[in-house]
Amino acid sequence: MIDAVGNPQSLLLLGGTSEIGLAVIEAFASDRPLRVVLAARPSSRLDEAQARLEKLGCAVEQLPFDAKALDTHPAVVGKAFAGGDVDVAIVAFGLLGDNEQAWTDVDAAVELAQVNYTAAVSVGVLLGERLKAQGHGALVALSSVAGERARRSNFVYGSTKAGLDAFYSGLTEALRPFGVHVTVVRPGFVHTRMTEGLKPAPLSTTPDAVAAVVVDAVRTRKELVWAPAPLRVVMSVLRHVPRVIFRRLPV
Amino acid sequence: MPNTSLRGWGRTAPTTARVLAPRSAEEVVAAVTAPGPRGVIARGLGRSYGDPAQNAGGTVLDMTGLSAIHSIDADTGRVVVDAGMSLDTLMRRVLPFGLWLPVLPGTRQVTIGGAIGADIHGKAHHVVGSFGNHVESLDLVTADGALRTLTPDGEDAELFWATVGGMGLTGVVVRAVLRLHHVETAYFTVDTEQIDNLADLMERQTQDDELYAETVSWFDAVTTGPHFGRGILMRANHATLAELPPKLRANPLKFDAPQLLTVPDVFPPGLLNKLTGKLFSEAWYRKSPTRFGAIQNITQFLHPLDIIGEWNRGYGPRGFLQYQFVVPLDRADVIRTVLERMTRAGQVSALNVLKRFGAGNRAPLSFPKPGWTLCVDIPVGPGLNALCNELDAIVLDAGGRHYLAKESRTTPEAIRRGYPRLDEWRKVRDAADPGGVFASDMSRRLELA
Repeated sequence: MIDAVGNPQSLLLLGGTSEIGLAVIEAFASDRPLRVVLAARPSSRLDEAQARLEKLGCAVEQLPFDAKALDTHPAVVGKAFAGGDVDVAIVAFGLLGDNEQAWTDVDAAVELAQVNYTAAVSVGVLLGERLKAQGHGALVALSSVAGERARRSNFVYGSTKAGLDAFYSGLTEALRPFGVHVTVVRPGFVHTRMTEGLKPAPLSTTPDAVAAVVVDAVRTRKELVWAPAPLRVVMSVLRHVPRVIFRRLPV
Repeated sequence: MPNTSLRGWGRTAPTTARVLAPRSAEEVVAAVTAPGPRGVIARGLGRSYGDPAQNAGGTVLDMTGLSAIHSIDADTGRVVVDAGMSLDTLMRRVLPFGLWLPVLPGTRQVTIGGAIGADIHGKAHHVVGSFGNHVESLDLVTADGALRTLTPDGEDAELFWATVGGMGLTGVVVRAVLRLHHVETAYFTVDTEQIDNLADLMERQTQDDELYAETVSWFDAVTTGPHFGRGILMRANHATLAELPPKLRANPLKFDAPQLLTVPDVFPPGLLNKLTGKLFSEAWYRKSPTRFGAIQNITQFLHPLDIIGEWNRGYGPRGFLQYQFVVPLDRADVIRTVLERMTRAGQVSALNVLKRFGAGNRAPLSFPKPGWTLCVDIPVGPGLNALCNELDAIVLDAGGRHYLAKESRTTPEAIRRGYPRLDEWRKVRDAADPGGVFASDMSRRLELA
């Protein structure tokens, strides 16, 4: 259960090696030890994540999960809830891909769409079903500002996040009457493994800073947040900039 | 079946459940024997601050429809009453017979079932103990659908005492037989003393306590320096007919408890802050000058907050929590330590209640035990979690514990430490409810059952 001051007791991370996802768990765990399920493909990075969380006093369980294997999702989500209620579920898996390859190579484009959108929808439906039955819980989906307006440099990724964003925004409304709070998080450029070597965009941020935004959003039951917060205003403007100007902007 | 979002009086941590409103014990049995995967819990008037009367994804029984009085015996003081009746209604009905509920908490808006489940206490605890001490028998619908009559010393005494203070987790109380006290009037003779610091306030409360039927102190945690913890000690006895002024003698059992206004649900967060807290404390202190032998009615003395309906809305949409604990008499120092930590953390509690408990009862999860109990209200905001964790450690290290009716955020470990008889209670509960039919958000959060 999430208590009166917003502390959860159990947390499921789909995309168990996501740096933002792990930072969220660490932020919650600094207040109270948690029961954590890390769902991801087995790897040494996953083992390291487990060890790090255990050092914080968390009880950590690994759950093999491959976003692309859609037919395995029902069993994976079922197992994730086998140990009891999940108070906070975070959908944090995703691929950035190479935009130039992705818009010219059909396999690369379809892979991005399947992982970032189709798989996210698949687990969203399954998590929604479980959370609805338990009558409480928070569901956090990592979207991106890239989904708010497609840019030439990043539009395949952006399109998948736009789809995810729309789905989870709708799910927010659908699950509200059942006591489930969905939060859509739109980070800007975050310094992670995923963005290593890329040129940071303005207002770039870190996983820890995004985590702080997510923790606050879960505690105060916010439904849509940007990280960092000023991106909300920036994106609101950028969405309405005429195309001839937008394509000349260095973003 | 539509779902209903439920919260406690602190307005935090909402969850949804299917709410049923049984009109008879048979309907309770029907609900209990078809519990669904997430179980059943009874709910009264929702005055618990946290989540004991919520059951996310499961069934919640709104017991307030089960509210008849079956008999009143004016001579012996025995009344037979349904569990969903409020103490307020019961008092209004029994006062004309010269009967008085020995245990009245800070509000009368609680049900008989809730009063038993939380084993509530009042300002008379040092003399009369808690609510369970005055229950002659209770009818409990257990997980198997049976309706069992339990008594404090009978065959099922263990289950009786597990139900008293058991937060609804042993079954659903549908009816109870209570033993009430006799009074000549509905008034109190009240001695009020303004005392300008905490040490003197506690010292004064230790003297002559047994001469009064009801004692409590309110103090101010906003004022710092030498007047830290200045407060008001209020002690009273039931007024006899001879003590009443002639004007009141005509109708000595009049129940004088108006509700003047209801707080609208429009308050922004942060309205209760240092400034308003200070103003409130000052007004509260000033309104009660030292005075002996004043005649006061129930609302004036026992339930000043009942004048205002839905006063919890004043804390705004993020809600608040009430932190109440008891520490043994020889650890009175903890009261000061806790207040100092709160002040240092910048938390404002406008209303603080301090009382000395008498002996506890046999119920393993009953909160009161000999010692000092402190209750503070704190609005939910940044830093509260860290402060409460710190306070938990201080309280538990001193051999204290938390009051489950107020609790909304501590850990299962804290409850295990505070209630050393938890396992004994669990054994009785598990025997009565092996399948875990009775469950609440609190039982999941604190791993009670």
